Amino acid sequence: MAHILFHDSAGRFFVPQSAMLEEMQPSVKVRPIANHALDNLRFIRETMERSSSFTAVPGWAGVAMGVTALIAAWFAARQPDRELWLATWLGEGMLAIAIGAGGVFAKATRIGQSLTAAPARKFALSFAPPVLVGALLTVALWRAGMAQLLPGLWLMLYGTAVITGGAYSVRAIPAMGAVFVALGAAALFVPAGDLFLALGFGATHIVFGFLVARRHGG
Amino acid sequence: MAKSNALRRTESLPVAEPKPSPLELDRLIHERVRLGIVSALAASEAMTFNELKRLLELTDGNLSVHARKLEDAGYVSCLKSIENRVPRTEYRITATGRRAFEKYLKHMEALIGSMKAQS
Repeated sequence: MAHILFHDSAGRFFVPQSAMLEEMQPSVKVRPIANHALDNLRFIRETMERSSSFTAVPGWAGVAMGVTALIAAWFAARQPDRELWLATWLGEGMLAIAIGAGGVFAKATRIGQSLTAAPARKFALSFAPPVLVGALLTVALWRAGMAQLLPGLWLMLYGTAVITGGAYSVRAIPAMGAVFVALGAAALFVPAGDLFLALGFGATHIVFGFLVARRHGG
Repeated sequence: MAKSNALRRTESLPVAEPKPSPLELDRLIHERVRLGIVSALAASEAMTFNELKRLLELTDGNLSVHARKLEDAGYVSCLKSIENRVPRTEYRITATGRRAFEKYLKHMEALIGSMKAQS
């Protein structure tokens, strides 16, 4: 890539120092130097974006979400009525969102927020729609008395969100999404909702979270 | 799970660091390939040799030469291991490297700032 704009007589590139800037004529020479700096920053940002998509997803947060989901599944399966069952899983859902958001934030802070803001935004924008659709359908199905469909719906739409949000990430992320969709599809036809939820939000999160944490830096 | 044997980890051993003035550009980072390596590692903490190679579209030789320079300066650390009988090289940015990278960013921002001030 030929982005270097300044060369000295020996053909070596250089970037004039800030002190030199002040001696130069404004707008004649300052602009190309600053353009070069802008170009450099753009290169840095693009490189970081492409590599940080490797790791925007926080692995350890995934493990933590998996552990809370396993606990929630244990509790939910022991609830005497459907309202308490739903409340358990909705509580777990909110807890998981908080852990996930905290994990993304912590990772972004560690890496440098100003430069990771763009990929984080992209991830959020493609992750959010399936999750919102899931929330709306939860209300609708609950009111229609079809709570038995909820585990499949949650797993499939969460899986969809992970696939779309992680489309340009490491292969592990969309692969995890696909596992969720498959578990969700199975949950639609097999009446063992809590088991599938435990397998998905619990075990799958832990396995892939561990993988991401180990291989992609936290 | 893959078996991984850590063979060695080289850490920052900066030799006789020349005292740069605040305005002096860090040439070690300024070079385009090395800037790419440092930027990628600053965003992801750990990347393997092959991941870096793919991301930055470099040849083996080019990447190893520049990575070695950054390693010698103590900007990145390198961990070599054997995984399923295949050698695996993992790079991380060090605290020194991160500081240098942040300084370089500030430098670029200052250059842009002076354009805005003068236009």
